[in-house]
Amino acid sequence: MKKMLYESPSIQKLNGGMMNKFGTRTEYEPVKQIDGVAVQTMMAQYGSPLFVLSERTIRRNYQNAVRAFKTRYPKVQFAWSYKTNYLNAVCKIFHQEGSWAEVVSGFEYRKAIGNGVPGNKIIFNGPEKTNEELELAVNNGSLIHIDHFDELYQLIILSDQLNKKPRVAIRVNMDTGIYPMWDRFGFNYENGQAFSALSKIVASGKMELIGLHCHIGTFMLSTDAYATAVKKLGDLAWKCKTQLNTSIQYIDLGGGFPSANTLRGSFLPGTDNVPSVDEFAEAITNGLLQLGFGADELPLLILESGRVLIDDAGYLLASVIANKRLSDGRRATILDAGVNLLFTSFWYDHKISPAQDFTQHSEDMVLYGPLCMNIDVIRQSINLPILNRGDKVVVHKVGAYNMTQWMQFIQMRPNVILIDEQGQTHLVRAAENLQYVEQPERMPEHLKPIDL
Amino acid sequence: MYLKKNIATSESGFIFNPSSGDSYNVNPVAAEILQQLKQGTALAAIKENILKDYEVEPMRLEQDLEDFMNQLKEANLLEN
Ligand SMILES: Cc1ncc(COP(=O)(O)O)c(C=O)c1O
Repeated sequence: MKKMLYESPSIQKLNGGMMNKFGTRTEYEPVKQIDGVAVQTMMAQYGSPLFVLSERTIRRNYQNAVRAFKTRYPKVQFAWSYKTNYLNAVCKIFHQEGSWAEVVSGFEYRKAIGNGVPGNKIIFNGPEKTNEELELAVNNGSLIHIDHFDELYQLIILSDQLNKKPRVAIRVNMDTGIYPMWDRFGFNYENGQAFSALSKIVASGKMELIGLHCHIGTFMLSTDAYATAVKKLGDLAWKCKTQLNTSIQYIDLGGGFPSANTLRGSFLPGTDNVPSVDEFAEAITNGLLQLGFGADELPLLILESGRVLIDDAGYLLASVIANKRLSDGRRATILDAGVNLLFTSFWYDHKISPAQDFTQHSEDMVLYGPLCMNIDVIRQSINLPILNRGDKVVVHKVGAYNMTQWMQFIQMRPNVILIDEQGQTHLVRAAENLQYVEQPERMPEHLKPIDL
Repeated sequence: MYLKKNIATSESGFIFNPSSGDSYNVNPVAAEILQQLKQGTALAAIKENILKDYEVEPMRLEQDLEDFMNQLKEANLLEN
């Protein structure tokens, strides 16, 4: 006779009647495969923990976003926000789909060039751009988004030295009704700083003013905020035309559309309360069409969406190391993937699914990572079936910001694989090893000998 | 170690303690253990029975049983 499936014995007090038995259950189905590829097979081949990216989902997200905007407005261009995920394989998928690159450092800029993006399709954002980096960008005809007056003057001097006219936009910050207001980047709209910067650029005669940029925040839950941003940038564009005799060729609204993750502390799961890309597109394009520009002078709409295009295409597969009981009786489960890999667990209550069959019984538990550090908490409280040592779990929607903000801290970074549209897996970033981590280190001669 | 005499257990995993009014939900393995405890089966024998019926390593079961008995004690369901 075949033996029965075992699960650690567990007893749970029912509070408030029977409600609790079913009320807080988060997971009903195991997730045994991703895009048709078995979780167990991937982990057997590539190890644990393991990041998995779905090419199919990335392309689907991108095409859906493009459709949402292009069916409503004639001139739309996306630029992939490199910092969201700059694994070259990921960037290449976006570039194959037609996306430009949006970078915020010289390092990211060079990555984009390395990925074959033509210089004039790279948007160079961010508060720090060295002379050398700006020179490269000017020579390549990239779109330089000026962040502050010091940079504006830096560019005037540089354009003299290079005898070239940089193609520029300014980043504008503004009150869109969102708190906190992101006023540390760019020039303020309300106090006139933005228009003053635009006037200086035009008056200098040294630069080609072609665009206006803003990025009003991230994980924005309000479509109205974008409508406000469009109005304010539109007002600046009109002033450029009427007062500075310069027509603005593009309006870049940055990123900020939310993914379907659940923000920590929010009562509703993200899937229930985030507006869709179509809703943002509706608000934005309506606003643009109402600015009063003629059909032939409509500005190009640029979007730098990051997380909404890739979050749900990323998974982190992990294994259970141990179970223990905390002093207050709560169950704690320790996984082999921690906050060193999952920076976003500070912001999100990530959905986590067991990757194997389980009984209908579940328990509230804490999920810890493997780090010997108190901060290493993946979920403070989650209701899951009881997980046995060696069991696998799937952490969902981890494609944005984790594979760039991850830390080499205590543990090294694991393999990252991509599942292509045919269901083939490809290693796109190999797990780190000691040699890789120590490669940049240098040992002073006098510290070499030890005698213990 | 025995389960208190007045504790009601159901096969579907529902446990009721009439003296405190508390009710509990248990998973299948726990329900099995509770049934046997109620019948007065010794812990060592329970362990043998579970090992025979379920796909589990002895070391693992030993650890789990210890944890489970602690939970029962905490919940005040055991005879002293
Ligand atoms: C200038 C700029 N553009 C685009 C993005 C991408 O934002 P998101 O991932 O919220 O779409 C960011 C992220 O902070 C940003 O700073």
